[in-house]
Amino acid sequence: MITAVDEAVVCRGVTKTYGAGPDAVPALRGIDLEVKSGELMMLVGPSGCGKTTLISVIAGILDQDEGTCSVFGEDVKQLSPRAKTAFRGRTVGFVFQAFNLLPALNAAENVAVPLLIQGVPRKEAVARGRDVLERVGIGNRWRSLPSQLSGGQQQRVAIGRALVHDPKLIVCDEPTSSLDQETGHKVMEILRAVAVGPGRSLVIVTHDARVFEFADRIAKMNDGRIERVVSSPKDLRS
Amino acid sequence: MNFVALKMLVGDRAKYIGILIGLTFASLLITQQSSIFWGLMCRTFGQISDMGQPDVWVMDRKVQFIDDVKPLQSTELYRVRGVEGVEWAAPLYKGLLKARLSNGSFQTVICLGLDDSTLIGGPPEMVEGKLEDLRRAEGVIVDVVAANGKLAKPAATEGGAPTPLHVGDTLEINDHRAVVVGLCRVSRTFQSQPVVFTTYSRATTFAPRERKLLSFVLVGAKPGVDHAELGKRIRAATGLAAWTADEFKAMTMKYFLKYTGIPVNFGMAVLLGFLIGTVIAGQTFYSFTLENIRQFGALKAMGTGNGTLLRMILLQSLLAGTIGYGIGVGLASAFGLLTRNTELAFRMPWWVLAASAGAVLFICMLSALLSIRKVMRLEPAIVFKS
Ligand SMILES: Nc1ncnc2c1ncn2[C@@H]1O[C@H](COP(=O)(O)OP(=O)(O)OP(=O)(O)O)[C@@H](O)[C@H]1O
Ligand SMILES: [Mg+2]
Repeated sequence: MITAVDEAVVCRGVTKTYGAGPDAVPALRGIDLEVKSGELMMLVGPSGCGKTTLISVIAGILDQDEGTCSVFGEDVKQLSPRAKTAFRGRTVGFVFQAFNLLPALNAAENVAVPLLIQGVPRKEAVARGRDVLERVGIGNRWRSLPSQLSGGQQQRVAIGRALVHDPKLIVCDEPTSSLDQETGHKVMEILRAVAVGPGRSLVIVTHDARVFEFADRIAKMNDGRIERVVSSPKDLRS
Repeated sequence: MNFVALKMLVGDRAKYIGILIGLTFASLLITQQSSIFWGLMCRTFGQISDMGQPDVWVMDRKVQFIDDVKPLQSTELYRVRGVEGVEWAAPLYKGLLKARLSNGSFQTVICLGLDDSTLIGGPPEMVEGKLEDLRRAEGVIVDVVAANGKLAKPAATEGGAPTPLHVGDTLEINDHRAVVVGLCRVSRTFQSQPVVFTTYSRATTFAPRERKLLSFVLVGAKPGVDHAELGKRIRAATGLAAWTADEFKAMTMKYFLKYTGIPVNFGMAVLLGFLIGTVIAGQTFYSFTLENIRQFGALKAMGTGNGTLLRMILLQSLLAGTIGYGIGVGLASAFGLLTRNTELAFRMPWWVLAASAGAVLFICMLSALLSIRKVMRLEPAIVFKS
């Protein structure tokens, strides 16, 4: 399934410790990881092993202590705060476990937010938002407020929002954990179908074993380290 | 993103209304209390405002305000007339006299005696009769509020309605007979005493025998002569105090500000409105931001810069402020309109509106500032925390 071989994300010796002194919690203890362009990479592992911390570093919303993490050739930590913000806006799409939609905006407007952030005029942004909602299969609900949508529909809106500005990297933290099995499966299918493509990589944190099958590769983490990287769920058990 | 900011604000109905209530309350209380305060202040110099004609008021140097009469020698009038730049100078008697009502009870009235020949200093508006009727024997003009109230003839029977004073009725002022020849409307005085106009010479016969009876000399400036300058000239030439109408108003107001509790009382009410408004609006706005902190975090993660977030929050608070101010000032104006025919002093000049706008702006900025600090420091990484 890998359509391009150049590296989208390269992490080398990444460490991150929360707090200091006796309360220090080492969350990442030296991560080496590559995510290829066009690849869907899953990060799995027990609770507290550092998955969210790692994905935050990769997405440029958290600075690592040591090591480098470059995303499409950009060493994000070295960017100024302003450049980092702009880099995220252009390059990264986000999908959250809790959806994090703006409750006051309707579905199309929510999808349009990344475009609005980049200064696209409102009319055009919302029109493109509606188009993207078609692609994730809820075009007819574009007027609905998040509170009027089911969890699965809200997550589709969130996927639309992560896609609308055509970012090269999409990060998802537990995108299916708030959904029942069937809905979660459906959401993953949509993610797989519309988000993955040439030049775009997905990093998905999950501990939902039922969706492992959607991954190109799976990185198994434990206690702040990558234990191994496998290309099939079967290899995880061996 | 302005659009997102506005939707966020308006979308949270309960919080939005809470913020508006705080701001409305603050601007209502500040505007209304300041207007009443200013209304009272205007009453202190109401008699100066009523007399539109004099450009300069001449008085004893110890006089501190309009009701503080320190009589002058009657010859001072001629000395003032002799000053360069004086077009005309007219005497004014002002004194508190006792009027006896038909049932024998007494009422203190403010008696104003106007220059016999020119009648300069007469009331701004006649309700019945003409100013010239004062020249008739024993003639007085009574202010219409007093004629219907404090000077009205008490009812013959217990509990009956008093009969208003009319043209042709008689009064007794300091044991002298006086005939009502007209009714007028005047600015309400601070103590709300009845005002009675008559001629200067008649006033001096009403007044108790005293060596000096001239209260003020009213001066008109020659065309093109600066009033303040003329005042200075009169001071230099006569050794008396001479102030332009505006200076005299300011002096009177300052006296009341200094020696009565009015400013303190109203200052407290205004301050209270300001504080309560700040607390309600600031607190609701802050908790609105806190409640939306995840949304702000998500926006930050998705690439919204601090500058944009700052603008969004300012926009939210300014919009709420503008609406709250509009409603508050509207309510204050409605209050003013509803009470315009009552005893209540209420005046809403532009600077009261400007001051309450300033106060509301300050409240908005303060509440925005609290929220902004929170959002600026927000780590976008919180978005992945559930
Ligand atoms: N802000 C923080 N301050 C202190 N410690 C933190 C903070 N965030 C995470 N940690 C700690 O760092 C470690 C890794 O946390 P992380 O959230 O990355 O784990 P995770 O693999 O995402 O876990 P889960 O599957 O439960 O989401 C945990 O021990 C956690 O308690
Ligand atoms: Mg996690």
